Amino acid sequence: MLSGNEAAARGALEAGVQWVASYPGSPSVQILECLAAVARERGIYAEWSINEKVALEVATAASFAGMRALCVMKADGLNVAMDFLTTLPLSGTKGGLVIVVSDDPGAHSSIKEEDTRYLAPPAHVPLLEPTSPQETKDMLVWAYGVSEKVGLPIIVRLVTRICHARGVVELGAIRPGEGLPIPTLQETFITAARFHPDAHQRLDLIQDLFVASPFNLYTGPEKPELSIFVSGVSYGYALEAIERLGVEERVGIFKIATVWPLPEELAIENLKRSDQILFLEEIEPFLEDQIKALAAQNWDGVGPLTFMGKRSGDVPWVVKSRGMGEMDPDIATRALASTLNIDFQSGSARLKEKMDHLPEMDLPLRFPNLCAGCPHRASYWAIKTALAMDGRGVFTLGDIGCYTLGVLPSGYETLRTVHSMGSGVGLASGFGKLKGMGLEQPTLAVIGDSTLYHAGIPPLINAKNTGSEYLCIILDNETTAMTGHQPHPGSGLTAIGERATPVPLAELIRSLDIPLTIRDPYQVQETIETILDLLKKGDLQVLLLRRECALKRSEEELTPRVYVDQERCLGDACGCSRFCSRVFSCPANIWDEDACKARIDEVLCIGCGVCAALCPEGAIVVESERRENDVSS
Amino acid sequence: MTLVHDPFNIIIAGVGGQGNILSSGLISRAFCEEGYMVSVGETYGATQRGGSVISHIRLSRKKSYGPLIPLGQCHVIVGFEPLEVYRILRDYGHDTVRVITNDRPFYPLDVLQKRSKYPGVDPLISSIEVLARDLEIVKGTDLAKKAGNPKAQNVVMVGAFCGLNWVPLPKERFLKAIEETFSGTRLEINKWAFELGYESVMGH
Repeated sequence: MLSGNEAAARGALEAGVQWVASYPGSPSVQILECLAAVARERGIYAEWSINEKVALEVATAASFAGMRALCVMKADGLNVAMDFLTTLPLSGTKGGLVIVVSDDPGAHSSIKEEDTRYLAPPAHVPLLEPTSPQETKDMLVWAYGVSEKVGLPIIVRLVTRICHARGVVELGAIRPGEGLPIPTLQETFITAARFHPDAHQRLDLIQDLFVASPFNLYTGPEKPELSIFVSGVSYGYALEAIERLGVEERVGIFKIATVWPLPEELAIENLKRSDQILFLEEIEPFLEDQIKALAAQNWDGVGPLTFMGKRSGDVPWVVKSRGMGEMDPDIATRALASTLNIDFQSGSARLKEKMDHLPEMDLPLRFPNLCAGCPHRASYWAIKTALAMDGRGVFTLGDIGCYTLGVLPSGYETLRTVHSMGSGVGLASGFGKLKGMGLEQPTLAVIGDSTLYHAGIPPLINAKNTGSEYLCIILDNETTAMTGHQPHPGSGLTAIGERATPVPLAELIRSLDIPLTIRDPYQVQETIETILDLLKKGDLQVLLLRRECALKRSEEELTPRVYVDQERCLGDACGCSRFCSRVFSCPANIWDEDACKARIDEVLCIGCGVCAALCPEGAIVVESERRENDVSS
Repeated sequence: MTLVHDPFNIIIAGVGGQGNILSSGLISRAFCEEGYMVSVGETYGATQRGGSVISHIRLSRKKSYGPLIPLGQCHVIVGFEPLEVYRILRDYGHDTVRVITNDRPFYPLDVLQKRSKYPGVDPLISSIEVLARDLEIVKGTDLAKKAGNPKAQNVVMVGAFCGLNWVPLPKERFLKAIEETFSGTRLEINKWAFELGYESVMGH
């Protein structure tokens, strides 16, 4: 059994990939990690690059040298790499170059649902989309051949429900190390507008390969009543919808794996089967629009057609917890049922009836929360307190990382903006100049360490250069925490765990001649005073709040036992409004309903002791002796 | 062995950080070894921290299904937290759904901040009892503590799931999956956690 991410890594091995570069982004983080795990044994170079643009440049270098290279990023990262990507079809590539881009329909671990397919046409880069982990593996192997035949990079679009799905995958042979190309640099690779026709010619070349692709597939009756045009993981939902409704004799299904450019001849052939077309796809109606345009161009051959999809409203946008772009088996089945006039209800009728007789219960939602002992919580507490004391309405800007949770109750709703990697610092660079126009509120930007390396340095230089005034707080947990503790340039480690030359943030900031203060966020009082002081000073200031990620700490260290002395805790009589559990709200600070006193959930507590320092009654005790990660309560 | 329902759908319901992915890995690996077609769908990432997390496991003798279980089609829920079980049960429970759950509450931030109220373990359990064909409560966290680490409640629950034999599969398949997943002290703790879960439902 392999996940889609593992299957992608396996496909790269079977294709003889020797070079891989990535910046970590959910849901595709594990692809590079899988390859890094076998890098030494297989002679592969694996790199966590500083950002996606550099990752693509590093990967492309290997392609120019004739080797097969893989680059991996999430959808948002492709925007960063886009400037470089748009040049490649003009200069052409040599060794097979595949870019796996993971979209996150439903935004399970993203701040937005971006549809990568729309970036393929302006870049002149072909895009494929697999329907399962098995097809992900097979498609990667095939994509390398296509890339080399036409001299273009190929994007393979994965989605969360492929990356994080697991399924049975039949493996092929791994291409052995001997016989793989030795890098040489013979050609020139120049981008110039006069090569624009070359990009189009390369795309024309791909038509025959796409039409003949083993991955585009029609199944169903020769002349169905309705055809489903589908791409990606929605294919499985469509098959299940047909099975559940028992309409195998009425409905055909055309799976389009080579999504852009469309395999035109094949698509036209399938448009002729039925005059009713239903589109099932994730995020935006990209396929729907592409097919409609193709049908319009070929109207005399395909005849009048009815198109049903998101544009027509036949496939509704369903707003779920975090987004509205994710397809699921019920949306697919309901859409198919309604277009065929079949009565269909999701869910168990029996359970629904029983539920009518149950007492009403409000089920509290679970907003994502900073982990127990997270240094960001201590930092946000210090920021919140300092801002209240400062009293000038400091405007606080956020960025991308675990600490984005600063927009939610977990981070005391401290952040007023959140956009893209490094944008908090960039916006601050602008706000910090608005003082000249009469803005009296000071500006404060928070950014994580990995994000600062990724996209925060140029805006800091910009601010220094333009004389912009703000306080930049770096929440440095010494890792790329959000995606699972990947190293960054400050870590001194490579992707395969070897020693690298660290580029420490503090040195970097000092070299820009920006005043730098370093504090430990667990020392909350000292941090509050420092923030107040720096805000008063004005000018451009950097405060580095450094403390290792609590998850890393809980894995590695023996932690002190922290408990509430319930003799000293005054409960609701204290007047602290249940400070530890309700206000500070670390998940390890819970309320003991029986004793009506505070308690520590020792399963969760990592022993940071921050709550002990903040408790007004001093009722929380940190035991000095260290304990193993077990519990005696 | 043929399945009572094909596909047979299992959901693991818990809270981010409780070890959903690991336990869905053990269960799916064990069934895959037995020759079932298995598909798993799950969500993870930082935004899941402290959030509701569910893993979908789909078993079939016929073919690979998509990674998500349709509403009303879940045959077994393995729960790590009663509120999450009830939430999932209402939407995903099949007419004949069976439930096994750890009854230790894990309070949402919203509850700790007194924005909303936790419904209480007893009312949750009695509602689950009404909806489910069978309900098995396991003191997962207590048993995990006994095994050496309270976080191993996920493996206790896998052990109990195996012991109930609702989807028959030899115990050895699970033990092999555990051996392939852990090493050293963690292997010992998790093997013990599995056994304690397994034994806790014997004779039920």
